[in-house]
Amino acid sequence: MRELAYYEAKFEALDEIMAADQRVHLINGTFLSLSPHRHVFQNLAKKYGDRMMSPPISELGFCGLATGAAMAGLRPIVDLSTGSFIYEAWPQVANEAANAYSMSGGQTRVPVVFHLFHGLRGGGAAQHSGSPQAMLWNCPGLEIAIPSSPRDVKGLLKTAVASDNPTIFVDHVRLLDLRGEVPENDKPIPFGVADIKRAGSDVTLIATSHTVQVCLKAAEKLAKEGIEVEVVDPRTLVPFDLATILSSVEKTRRVVIADETHQSCGVAAEIAARIAETGFDKLKTRIRRVSTLDVPVPYSPPLEAHIGPSESRIIDAVRASVA
Amino acid sequence: MLPKLPRDNLLELCRRMFVIRHFEESLVPLHDKGVFGGHYHLYIGQEATGVPAISCLRSDDYLFTTHRNHGHLLARGAEPKRLLAEILGRADGLNKGKGGSFHSVAPTLGFLHSSGVVAGIIPLSTGTAYASKALKNGRLTVCLFGDGSLEEGAAPEAFNLASLNKLPVLFLCENNGKYGAGRAVAAGQSSSMAAYPLTDLPKAYKIPAQLIDGIDAGLVHATVSEAVEKIRRGEGPQFIEAQTVRWPGSETNWPSVPHPTDSSLAWDVSGVQEKAREWYRSCDPLLVFARELVEANQATKDDLASMERQVKTEIAAAVEFAVASPYPKPEEAERNFFA
Repeated sequence: MRELAYYEAKFEALDEIMAADQRVHLINGTFLSLSPHRHVFQNLAKKYGDRMMSPPISELGFCGLATGAAMAGLRPIVDLSTGSFIYEAWPQVANEAANAYSMSGGQTRVPVVFHLFHGLRGGGAAQHSGSPQAMLWNCPGLEIAIPSSPRDVKGLLKTAVASDNPTIFVDHVRLLDLRGEVPENDKPIPFGVADIKRAGSDVTLIATSHTVQVCLKAAEKLAKEGIEVEVVDPRTLVPFDLATILSSVEKTRRVVIADETHQSCGVAAEIAARIAETGFDKLKTRIRRVSTLDVPVPYSPPLEAHIGPSESRIIDAVRASVA
Repeated sequence: MLPKLPRDNLLELCRRMFVIRHFEESLVPLHDKGVFGGHYHLYIGQEATGVPAISCLRSDDYLFTTHRNHGHLLARGAEPKRLLAEILGRADGLNKGKGGSFHSVAPTLGFLHSSGVVAGIIPLSTGTAYASKALKNGRLTVCLFGDGSLEEGAAPEAFNLASLNKLPVLFLCENNGKYGAGRAVAAGQSSSMAAYPLTDLPKAYKIPAQLIDGIDAGLVHATVSEAVEKIRRGEGPQFIEAQTVRWPGSETNWPSVPHPTDSSLAWDVSGVQEKAREWYRSCDPLLVFARELVEANQATKDDLASMERQVKTEIAAAVEFAVASPYPKPEEAERNFFA
């Protein structure tokens, strides 16, 4: 099967989306953060420059502009670049875009995509390493997609743009160079369908975004110790596929959740609560979380490495759950 | 002065001002009797801004408004009974009871979203304008907000975006605190806004801006018509500040009607309590408009009295409809928040 780098799959999706639908406009950014692959965005700009807008540094303003444009029939994709920058646009994302459809009694649709790079990136320090998806999951009215592989980024981006709802597209710079299979003419991936990234019978290891890749490596090491880990990637937080997770838990009876959002009220916290509420009787041992520690992200490399859901912390948690 | 319009149009403007006034006055006793509970904001005193301004638009133009939206929706022709049902949280409301007074919308009339965050709609209005420009459909956006909206950062960010991209949007700022009797009671306007006059702010972003008397329906109509023409010609955004004098009924936290409106007040305010008398005598835009119609021989006092009677009957029927409308089923709260 054909193999692509993650960034190539993402830009193949953007190219196909823009070719297929004249209503799609790109607002701000290059969808690559500081990655060296700038040429792929330039190729896109040459083809669709008249549907791209390079606004001033006004996250609140241009997220509102994109939301209003979506209300009036366009399908804008906004690049906030660094995920923490969405805090600058909070009123428009959380208080206008998320509420418009419900508040209007189902009359006003807001098909906008807010794209951002979340998480620990290496030297991002406290203001450029945010993972706002947990806070946004606490905000009804937003769909949240969070890919972890080249195939998923392409398929989920297509579904995000096709959605009539405001969608947060949570990306990670540490995934951009990852290579993986992406079939030609692959279908869009529907929201609300988790993916079993690795089958296993001993522990259900749930993860999102770049942490899925960390978990896959951890699983290989654990397999050598005779522990077979099943890695489950929800792929979207809203809607959330609890059924696939529960059927995995039914098999393994053990759960570890690894995720880069901060621990308190984080993504792992919500997933743990849902499993405990509906699948407690299936569990043989307590649910374990491997989240980013509840501190502002420090700059220095060993400090940053210490707080994240590292391979060693994940391995320790899995070992503890089978002990 | 009166707008330069044929008599029928002038009478229709007058009728819509009556609709707004009697609609808004009908809300106060409904709230005081507990028929609805949420906070609400009335448009009384600003009728001569919204009604003539909105009459300058094409039927497919977009409008954004705030928590003070009732007057704008009614000026555009929304059904009073469905707006009232929305304010009462009923199933027949414009938004099926999900929005309430702050968020009433009417997409078929161009109102896609009404925000209770004072500057929330200003960036959104640049978005519909951006879409209209991209889709080349000639649709204009009018963004109606109060003077307090300019205090939020969303306003200057949106002005910058609109100006840089020459977007087809009219920013119509309704300043209902002409004598500084707005948010900061008894204080000068500049107590909450260093950029004063307010038109300094859009002008810094190279948006043509003018200050007009919002009580003067003719001036509002002429100024908005001209601004709309410029925007349609592709000249980019325009800003108008229309000043009105705050209705004394909104000086308290919850609105109260100092004196029920009747067109006869246009010629005799002696029955109005002293504290509010001057407002009704010289600052009430509806009564100013009524006097001008009669003075210009466009209507008699009897014509206006008869028009007002019909409006009052229509509003009474709207109240009856809204009060009789059922509440949505409780389960509806869990539904329909995704398309």
